[in-house]
Amino acid sequence: MPRANESGMVRKRGVGYWLTHLGLIIGVLFIFFPIWLAFVASTVSQQEIVRPPMPLWPGDQFIENYTAALFSGVNVPVAKMLLNSLIMALGIALGKIVISLLSAFAIVYFNFPGRRFFFWMIFLTLMLPVEVRIVPTFQVIANFGMLNSYSGLIFPLIASATATFLFRQYFMTVPDELAEAARVDGARPMQFFWHILLPMSRTNIAALFVILFIYGWNQYLWPLLITTDPEMNTIVMGIRQMFPSGDDVADWPVIMATSILAMIPPIIVVISMQKLFIRGLVDSEK
Amino acid sequence: MATLKLDGLKKSFGDTKVIHGIDIDIAEGEFIVIVGPSGCGKSTLLRMVAGLETVTSGEIQINGVRVNDLEPMDRNIAMVFQNYALYPHMNVFDNMAYGLKIAKTPKPEIAERVQTAAKLLQLEDFLQRRPRELSGGQRQRVAMGRAIVRRPAVFLFDEPLSNLDAKLRVQMRLEIRELQRSLGVTALYVTHDQVEAMTLADRMIVMNDGVADQIGAPLDVYKNPATTFVAGFIGSPATNFFGTDEVTVNRNKALMSAFSDAERAVLEKPATMIGVRPEHLQVCEPHDAYLTLSVNYSEALGAETLIHGKLPMGTAITIRQNGHLPLPEGGQELGAVWSENSVMVFDQNGKRV
Ligand SMILES: Nc1ncnc2c1ncn2[C@@H]1O[C@H](COP(=O)(O)OP(=O)(O)O)[C@@H](O)[C@H]1O
Ligand SMILES: [Mg+2]
Repeated sequence: MPRANESGMVRKRGVGYWLTHLGLIIGVLFIFFPIWLAFVASTVSQQEIVRPPMPLWPGDQFIENYTAALFSGVNVPVAKMLLNSLIMALGIALGKIVISLLSAFAIVYFNFPGRRFFFWMIFLTLMLPVEVRIVPTFQVIANFGMLNSYSGLIFPLIASATATFLFRQYFMTVPDELAEAARVDGARPMQFFWHILLPMSRTNIAALFVILFIYGWNQYLWPLLITTDPEMNTIVMGIRQMFPSGDDVADWPVIMATSILAMIPPIIVVISMQKLFIRGLVDSEK
Repeated sequence: MATLKLDGLKKSFGDTKVIHGIDIDIAEGEFIVIVGPSGCGKSTLLRMVAGLETVTSGEIQINGVRVNDLEPMDRNIAMVFQNYALYPHMNVFDNMAYGLKIAKTPKPEIAERVQTAAKLLQLEDFLQRRPRELSGGQRQRVAMGRAIVRRPAVFLFDEPLSNLDAKLRVQMRLEIRELQRSLGVTALYVTHDQVEAMTLADRMIVMNDGVADQIGAPLDVYKNPATTFVAGFIGSPATNFFGTDEVTVNRNKALMSAFSDAERAVLEKPATMIGVRPEHLQVCEPHDAYLTLSVNYSEALGAETLIHGKLPMGTAITIRQNGHLPLPEGGQELGAVWSENSVMVFDQNGKRV
């Protein structure tokens, strides 16, 4: 009797297992389908796209379309826009990490006058997203002559209350004894930061880097405002700029190729960093 | 190697006074244990010596030099923390070498010193491991190694064994003692465990609420506790305390024979306490007894038996006797006497007379 019961349970679990997988596969296909369509559209000719029915399998124009996109684009070569985006996203992600690490370090480990005040000031900026402060920020950047420049793209977005909070929370879980041991060992505060705190935070930094890189990569409104020169366009806003105004025909295969290209760097970052922070989690300390 | 002198050392956190003035002269190579219940200020005292806590008033001297305002690393001390405080991302070698690296010691010398310490602590096979890949005892050794390689004048330990299991604790206790002897380094060791204090100390400081109740060699402290607190804290099971009104039979004999003139003078004052250690009480015939107790229960521990009971006025009392003697039942009435020269008298302030 018990044996029969057991096998019944196993069979039931087996069915559930396959059903779960079927559900997951359907879900993935569902989400993947528009991307597939974009990819198909980037490998066929303009005529094939505009003539119904829409093609569902890749055509033979892959090399032509991608070469056209990368090296001539519509307004500016996509390669240039990718480079701009990369610089902006890296600048924002790394800048945010450096600044928030340092400010969290100051807030947690130093007892300076006005510590609470600065803490709350940083906290307050959480309530001011880019969109709210966009007009004054634009004014400031314009006065500094930073329109159409990488610094203009990066600096207004570089401070991060969220990341500061994350690091603050993490630093507060680091035992005080560790800082004291370092002090007895003769480490100056910045040596403690470099030699001990930073290496211990590396999994947090990796996770945050992924999030912030994608945040930076996907910036739309701000680059749109401050870059008038097509040479400074970022890819995410650049795609929008490719749509013709008026009656001109949109060059769909090139636009779709651009969209596919725009997705690749974030995917690379996620996948490579995912390896890093899974490794970090597996040999996590403490 | 160094002398260490604490002179009227006090500490307050804001308005809260935590250390009320500690004076001690520590000789070169001496092993001093600070012992007391949790929260009495042991760690605070140690951390002041380490330089991790500022001094409110008084003076700390190492080798005759005032160090109150020096950074920890300039005091020539090394500290072993309760939770080891190993750097989790560094291997054992780097953990031990970190202080030397900061001090810009030449590489070959670092390697040599770490190797020597590792050999001493049987850590040679683990130098490439991370702390999390080590057992508790090994981590403890790494923490010691980190202290040794710096060749400090004074070792500071803050409850270094409290995270180890009982067996390992005994072993590490011996190792620490041997190490300190062979290196000849002055040591200041904090613990709440009286067994550690008794076995390790050349002298111990018994702390009670920020006051050093008694400073002395372990056996002296055991034999001649200065206060009721010390008598109760050192020795296990704790010393029995009772008022003179509990001495009901053979009262005159008890009070006359066993006490000195000075003690007898305060005996009749209110709030005077008599203290007798459980091992100094013997069960006897009721008509010879100084004390009568009704037994609550007995604990047979094999080699010895603990008899827990109540005196006529309700004071709890414990007798410790040899394990081969007959085991009293709960509810039984027993007589007890104390042995010659083993009673202590404490005045109304808890001070020994
Ligand atoms: N940084 C601090 N601020 C305020 N009070 C403290 C601080 N550190 C310790 N204390 C207080 O000082 C007393 C002694 O603490 P501590 O030296 O850690 O005791 P022990 O090590 O003997 O258990 C405790 O009552 C504790 O609450
Ligand atoms: Mg403590």
